[in-house]
Amino acid sequence: MKAVISVTGRDSMGIIAKVSCACAEYGANIIDISQTVLSEYFAMIMIVDITKMNIPFGDFVDAMTDLGKKQNLEIHTMHEDIFNSMHTI
Amino acid sequence: MIDMKNILETINMIREENLDIRTVTMGISLFDCVSDNEDVLCAKVYDKIMSRAEKLVPTACDIEKQYGIPIINKRISITPISMIGGNCSEAGYLRLAKVLDRAAADLGINFIGGFGAMVQKGMTVGAERLLNVIPQALAETERVCSSVNVASTKAGINMDAVAKMGKIIKEAARLTADRDSIGCAKFVVFANAPEDNPFMAGAFHGIGEPETVINVGVSGPGVVASAIQRAGDCSFSELADLIKKTAFKITRMGQLVACEASSRLGVPFGIVDLSLAPTPAIGDSVAHILEGMGLESVGAPGTTAALALLNDAVKKGGVMASSFVGGLSGAFIPVSEDAGMIEAVAKGALTIEKLEAMTAVCSVGLDMIAVPGNTSADTICGIIADEISIGVANTKTTAVRIIPVEGKTVGETVSFGGLLGYAPIIKVNEYSPAKFIARGGRIPAPIHSLKN
Repeated sequence: MKAVISVTGRDSMGIIAKVSCACAEYGANIIDISQTVLSEYFAMIMIVDITKMNIPFGDFVDAMTDLGKKQNLEIHTMHEDIFNSMHTI
Repeated sequence: MIDMKNILETINMIREENLDIRTVTMGISLFDCVSDNEDVLCAKVYDKIMSRAEKLVPTACDIEKQYGIPIINKRISITPISMIGGNCSEAGYLRLAKVLDRAAADLGINFIGGFGAMVQKGMTVGAERLLNVIPQALAETERVCSSVNVASTKAGINMDAVAKMGKIIKEAARLTADRDSIGCAKFVVFANAPEDNPFMAGAFHGIGEPETVINVGVSGPGVVASAIQRAGDCSFSELADLIKKTAFKITRMGQLVACEASSRLGVPFGIVDLSLAPTPAIGDSVAHILEGMGLESVGAPGTTAALALLNDAVKKGGVMASSFVGGLSGAFIPVSEDAGMIEAVAKGALTIEKLEAMTAVCSVGLDMIAVPGNTSADTICGIIADEISIGVANTKTTAVRIIPVEGKTVGETVSFGGLLGYAPIIKVNEYSPAKFIARGGRIPAPIHSLKN
């Protein structure tokens, strides 16, 4: 099972480090990262494996949202099923 | 691997284009609550709803978190109360309405539907008693919705019931005059009412339904409007294809949420209702989709054709995306709940007559229409009879949710708050149908051969 974490907001030092650190803490293994900065606007989509997580997925979603609030970023975490069901027949 | 383009598209639909699950509605059968003692009946109804729907709200909230998709409403539909109330007195029916309201409040849901009756061919003594207390029940409860089926293609139109509907609506308006007659916003008159509709105010748990069931209503007018805008000047066939593809994606999300809710709650999955349900929020309007197709304003000549195209394409795209489709399925055109419809009525581009024509090609009917407070019960009955005839003759569901706002007239605006929105009072034809309505009896069922 995988999840998609999207991170957007004003660019600052260490965003990827902080998000990755939180993933490691909760046992979410990073599989892929796509990241760009457009005129100081940071945007990243991270795909993580959530099969070996040490907390329930709902709590992980909350933890990432809270991290976003602290860092002044928008962080949204969604289960992969929504993308698979919407875009594949 | 999941495609980045698809990820961005989904995120954009949810955050920028107001894509959401409009409602997860649990249907609950109350047949086993029947009792000839009103105290026992009320206690059984409360206990059954509380025990079956106990986990509905927390489960829906968990699913919302898991998929990052907002689930706007969590609701309950129940067996039409006239069927389980049977021998109840009028006071007993009123007590039942209050019990339903308390259960809804205790569960944290915003509406419970089914305080109604099926009277398309005639009224039982119990149904008549229930109809008599509907205005008071709507005034004295907050979350209880009521619907009455007055006609069907097989039975024809029960005009005695239609005549009663006008009086119920006027009385509900009067009893809630201090709240802009909001009682009428929770009351729907149906022809060919669907038994698995998850949307309010018309949801009820039909007699052919299982013990409990999960039905889901999707939304997403904003997503369709944006797709049309991006496509620019394309032909009708391209437009229809585009809507089909978008409806497919929206419905898949509904199917996913419905299956997940069904498995987590241990309740069978019923249907996904393929509807485009607008809200008063900017960018969530069915009217703006029609305008995006090239109409200067909704209500302009061409509106019915545009809506027919939209409605058909939504169904074609949605049907393949879900294993079971039902409910109302189509585009909704409630006036007060759609920013584009509100604008069009305010500037005089959209009339009640045009709205009636539009209902012949889309789901539901004359929905959330505010009319002057001095509109007579007979005129309201005439409007209902017209709308219901469209449903009966065309073998489709039609409905009327009309609000004669006490003390207000054309040119004024009424605000119901929240998803019910706000609306300018619309002009109504002032010639009277009184003698026609007073005839009483039934209009026979239509013939369904020799079609022309």
